[in-house]
Amino acid sequence: MSQDDDHQLRVSKIRDGTVIDHVTAGRALTVLAILDIDGSGDETVSVAMNVPSGETGRKDIVKVEGRELNQDEVDVLSLIAPEATINIVREYEVVEKSRVDRPEVVLGVLSCPNRNCISAGAEPIESRFSVLTDGVRCAYCETIIRAELAEHIDVG
Amino acid sequence: MRHDHVLSTKQFSRSEIEAVLDRAAEIDADPGSVADRHAGTLLGLLFFEPSTRTKMSFEAAIKRLGGEVVDIGPVGASSVEKGETLADTVRVVEGYADALVLRHPSEGAARMASEFVSVPVLNAGDGAGQHPTQTLLDLYTIRERVGLTDITIGIMGDLKYGRTVHSLAEALTRFDVSQHFISPESLSLPTNVRYDLHESGAQVREHTELDAVLPELDVLYVTRIQRERFPDENEYRAVAGEFGIDRNTLAAANEDLAVMHPLPRVDEVAPDLDSTPHARYFEQAHNGVPVRMALLDTLLS
Ligand SMILES: Nc1ncnc2c1ncn2[C@@H]1O[C@H](COP(=O)(O)OP(=O)(O)O)[C@@H](O)[C@H]1O
Ligand SMILES: [Zn+2]
Repeated sequence: MSQDDDHQLRVSKIRDGTVIDHVTAGRALTVLAILDIDGSGDETVSVAMNVPSGETGRKDIVKVEGRELNQDEVDVLSLIAPEATINIVREYEVVEKSRVDRPEVVLGVLSCPNRNCISAGAEPIESRFSVLTDGVRCAYCETIIRAELAEHIDVG
Repeated sequence: MRHDHVLSTKQFSRSEIEAVLDRAAEIDADPGSVADRHAGTLLGLLFFEPSTRTKMSFEAAIKRLGGEVVDIGPVGASSVEKGETLADTVRVVEGYADALVLRHPSEGAARMASEFVSVPVLNAGDGAGQHPTQTLLDLYTIRERVGLTDITIGIMGDLKYGRTVHSLAEALTRFDVSQHFISPESLSLPTNVRYDLHESGAQVREHTELDAVLPELDVLYVTRIQRERFPDENEYRAVAGEFGIDRNTLAAANEDLAVMHPLPRVDEVAPDLDSTPHARYFEQAHNGVPVRMALLDTLLS
């Protein structure tokens, strides 16, 4: 971490876990919702929102203590926070750093906005979306969601 | 055909479509040759929405191949009312039949069903989604009448919710066909169909009036605009009148123009056209049997 970052750090360092940095400002809570982190587990979670950031103006940061997120879990974040970086921390040090990659499919997480879609009813299926260059598409009804994916995040 | 299921026309290549149409032509010419070909085969019919043509022609098709149907019956009497999921229903019914024909009011129903069963699933209409078997008989009719190369087709009516339109437009991108779409603005093609048309390199030419393109057309495919798509009766009447055709409308048409309609029609195609050489919709409906025989024969062999 650079000195500058240290200076602006709003939440304390974690010993082991994952830091999701450069989250699009205002999206931290959505990130937590996608990762299904709602405080009911034992992990310690800290969130900083609208932190000044040199490159992008403002950003959010999410820190999850005691849990190393794997690439599949985080790739889905690329849909709402394409600039996010994933830092795996062990003994206070970042041991691995990666960018989120766009996944080919998104299982669960999103819900289809088409109320007449078979995936929107009581059927025993998980939502499934294929990822397009500029949006996602329901594998069942083929509805395309382009803007504001965050609005379709299935929370709870 | 390498597909187990028939869910959407996008799954078919041009040569796969042509193979089904060729087989349909053979069967049409000599139906007796396949009379016992599928003796002992049971086709499961699951229609969760009313249907006359699609259901009867599937039934006629399997019977003319020597097979039989098992039918879930009218929706009201079936499992739906008891709250059973479609996923459960199809898993039960696959034990009774060799293939399932499904019509359902929800988009994506057939795709979901196909994920739960190991017998072939044929999508016979999923809400405002797709109706691929209708498209095969539409293509058969077009090919018989005007050929499927270097033609211009106008597709008119409810392009937004019309599943026959979605399936047809996507299938036509496999051929050398120029497509024009004519509809009120509020019922123009949905984003996902537009996306697929662009992906296949097709040009989407849209119009709000038939007049502009009528003289160029070899085929005019008319679909019904449903009353329930409009908030008030007057608006519906005005629009329905504008997108309906009769003898007068067609005065400027090419004399070989084939008028098609998936039926049932209400008043968008006036009866005064029935006796003209333009009218191809009854023949189109009849083609449902040989085309579905060909498709079933291909899937079940
Ligand atoms: N896009 C749609 N959404 C919902 N219902 C539809 C749609 N298209 C047709 N229907 C309904 O499905 C039924 C059968 O229509 P259709 O497929 O045209 O008939 P058929 O099966 O007799 O050829 C009708 O009651 C019609 O109103
Ligand atoms: Zn959907």
